[in-house]
Amino acid sequence: MARTGAARKSEVRSLKSEVRSQKSPLELDRLIHERLRLGIVSALAVNERLSFNDLKDLLQTTDGNLSVHARKLEEADYILCDKGFEGRVPRTEYRLTAAGRRALEKYLAHMEAIIKATKG
Amino acid sequence: MAQPSPIHAHALEDIRYIRDTMSRAGTGPFTAIPGWGGVLMGLTALAAAAFGGPPDSSVRWTGIWFGEAFVAVVIALAGMTIKSRRAGAALWTSSTGAPAFRFALGFVPPLIAGIVLTPVFAMLDATARLPGCWLLLYGTAAATGGAYSVRVVPLMGLSFMALGTAAFAAPAEWGHMFLAAGFGGLHIVFGFIIARNYGG
Repeated sequence: MARTGAARKSEVRSLKSEVRSQKSPLELDRLIHERLRLGIVSALAVNERLSFNDLKDLLQTTDGNLSVHARKLEEADYILCDKGFEGRVPRTEYRLTAAGRRALEKYLAHMEAIIKATKG
Repeated sequence: MAQPSPIHAHALEDIRYIRDTMSRAGTGPFTAIPGWGGVLMGLTALAAAAFGGPPDSSVRWTGIWFGEAFVAVVIALAGMTIKSRRAGAALWTSSTGAPAFRFALGFVPPLIAGIVLTPVFAMLDATARLPGCWLLLYGTAAATGGAYSVRVVPLMGLSFMALGTAAFAAPAEWGHMFLAAGFGGLHIVFGFIIARNYGG
C-alpha cells in the first residue's frame, strides 16, 4: 500500500517535472498563447465566421490591435480572411481553419494536462 | 496551506478565458446538438425506411426501426461528444453541462412514453399506426428539450409533431413514407441548418 502511494507520488513528481520542463505555456504554441489571439481563435471555434467588427466588439480591442493579431494568425494558416462588400461598405470576415482548430484543441489539452499534473 | 503553483493558476486562467470568450461568442445556450450527426441520422433513417417498407405487425419491421433508433442514439451521442470537444473539451462539463442536462430533462420523458406505447400499440394490433406515435413523441421531445436551446431545435420538434399528426390522418400503409420524411428528411434539413449556423 505504502509502496503504491510512493510510486504514485513519484509518478506525479515526474509528470510535474515534465510539464515544467517541456510543456510550460510559453513553450506551447506561442501564437495561440497570446491573449488576444487566443480570444480570436476561441471565438471562431464556436462560429462558422465572424466579421472584423464582431470580433472587435467581442474582444473589446482596437482596430489596429485586432488587425495585427489577426494577420499573425492568418500567416500561420490558423484563420482565413475573406474580404468583400456589403452594399458599398467593405466587410472583412474571418474563419477558423482545420489547422487553427487543431492548434486550439492541442492548446486546451496541454492546459488540462498542466492542471491535472499540478493538482496532485 | 499549499498555494497553487503559478503555472497551474495560469492554465486555469487560460481555460477560464477561452470558456468565457466562447460563451460570449456562442450562438445559443446549447449548441452541442450535432448538425452533421443529424444529417447522418437522417441518412440511416432513409435506409431503414427503404429496407423496412410499409408498416406491418411483424417483428422484423419493428426490429428494423428499433435498430435504427439504437444507431441514431449512438450517432447523436458521438456527434455531441465530437462537437463539444471541438468547442473545447474542458468546457463541456462545467459551462455547457447544465444546459445539456436541462435539454435531457425535457427530451427524455416523451421518448420513454414512446417506448412504453410501442408494445401497447402492438398488442392493440395497431402497429401500422406506430409511425404517427413515434413522430409525434419524438417531436414533443425535441420541442420540450429544445425550449431553451437555439430556436431551430424546437422548430424541428414542431415539424415532427405536425408530421406525426398528419401520419395519423393518412392511410396506415403510408407510414414508412412519413418515417422517411421525418426521421430522414427533417433530420437532414434541420441537421444541415444546425451544422451551417451553430458550429457543426
